Amino acid sequence: MPSVKIPKKSTDTDMTPFVDIAFLILSFFIMATKFKPPEIVPITTPGSVISQKLPENNAVMITVDSSNRVYFTVLSEKDKSKYNAVIQSLNSSRNLGLTPAEMANFSQTYMVGVPFGSLKQFLAMDTKTQEGIKQPGIPVMDSATNELVWWIGAAKQAFAGETLNYLIKGDGHSKYPAFEAIVSALKRNDEFKYNLVTSLDDVPSNSEFDKYNKRLKK
Amino acid sequence: MASIDSGGDGGHKKGPGVKKAKKLSTRVDMTPMVDLGFLLITFFVFTATMTTPTTMDLNMPKDITDPKDQTEVKESGVLTIMLGKGNQVYYYEGKLTVDATGNNFKQTTYKGIRQIIIDKKKDVISRHVHDDTCPKKQEAAKKKGDPDWENACKDRDFVVVIKPDQDATYSNTVDILDEMTINQVKTYAMVKILPQEYELIQATEKTNPNLK
Repeated sequence: MPSVKIPKKSTDTDMTPFVDIAFLILSFFIMATKFKPPEIVPITTPGSVISQKLPENNAVMITVDSSNRVYFTVLSEKDKSKYNAVIQSLNSSRNLGLTPAEMANFSQTYMVGVPFGSLKQFLAMDTKTQEGIKQPGIPVMDSATNELVWWIGAAKQAFAGETLNYLIKGDGHSKYPAFEAIVSALKRNDEFKYNLVTSLDDVPSNSEFDKYNKRLKK
Repeated sequence: MASIDSGGDGGHKKGPGVKKAKKLSTRVDMTPMVDLGFLLITFFVFTATMTTPTTMDLNMPKDITDPKDQTEVKESGVLTIMLGKGNQVYYYEGKLTVDATGNNFKQTTYKGIRQIIIDKKKDVISRHVHDDTCPKKQEAAKKKGDPDWENACKDRDFVVVIKPDQDATYSNTVDILDEMTINQVKTYAMVKILPQEYELIQATEKTNPNLK
């Protein structure tokens, strides 16, 4: 009887397409990922149903942490000269006496939360040290010494002729008076449009907004 | 090549003394590469900021010093919402009356306030009288692409006044502004709380055992 020989098939699979896909996905994620900016103070933003995107350039961000400390950040990735313009205008208007090196350091500083009195000392530190220390926050609560007014004024000057968005990023647990003080500082600079940074919440079904969105889609 | 003696030769000799070099497979084991690839993918998936922050627009009015410039609203269409300590909401319709004739100062939560806004809105809409100014409003809404333009005028008298007090948190403020969007309240304003109202809230808070 002739024996039928079953050919032994190799258990090795060709991994190449697998690798292709893996690296394709990998490159997609590398491109699509934006790393979180360094968070010196953790902020939990309250949720909202509005799904509008956050502007990332030409903006100043005013952050309020859970202990009502106020920080100021200039967001201008595209045009780095703005950082310099802001700090220079502050330096001259408030007589801070900053050295050029300290002013250059401002563009590296992620957020500033110190009163003008200690700004020189703060900017003299390198970024690593800045992150390590606890900033007391910009004084805002007293309208006579509301230093945020000057910060906003300087930013407004630096971005003159361009659109400038005011982002208010508040921690959910911060108290309303801090927010009110920020708004009043903005108002004193004749700025009345703000963007509140929120995280996305689901729209309650069958609410008016839900129905409106559905009608809009039709 | 002939000098390399590979030892155990199969015996396929082509000539005397010529040994064919062993053909090595060009296939590489891809498994570690796949491992690494997926490891990196997992890393990027986890670090990616998937929750993109969103933003809510807020427009504040200019501070008015002249009482003549103030906007007048119909008392019957006003709902005043006050935000207090411990996620409590206080509200009254129209004018605040806390005396022998009655008390319209009420308390609720962030969950309860939605129904109150909805009811008040319905109430205002039901009392709506169509007049000459309405077509203009409808036309404006139509131009904006509002699918609801026919009803644009009906709730024009409905005004919500938001008054957060010192103890309200920022998240309370955003929540109530969100509630305005959810219930499509077109006219609302954030106003400083009156001392009288704040006293009332504090008096109510004292009676609430859940609030310290």
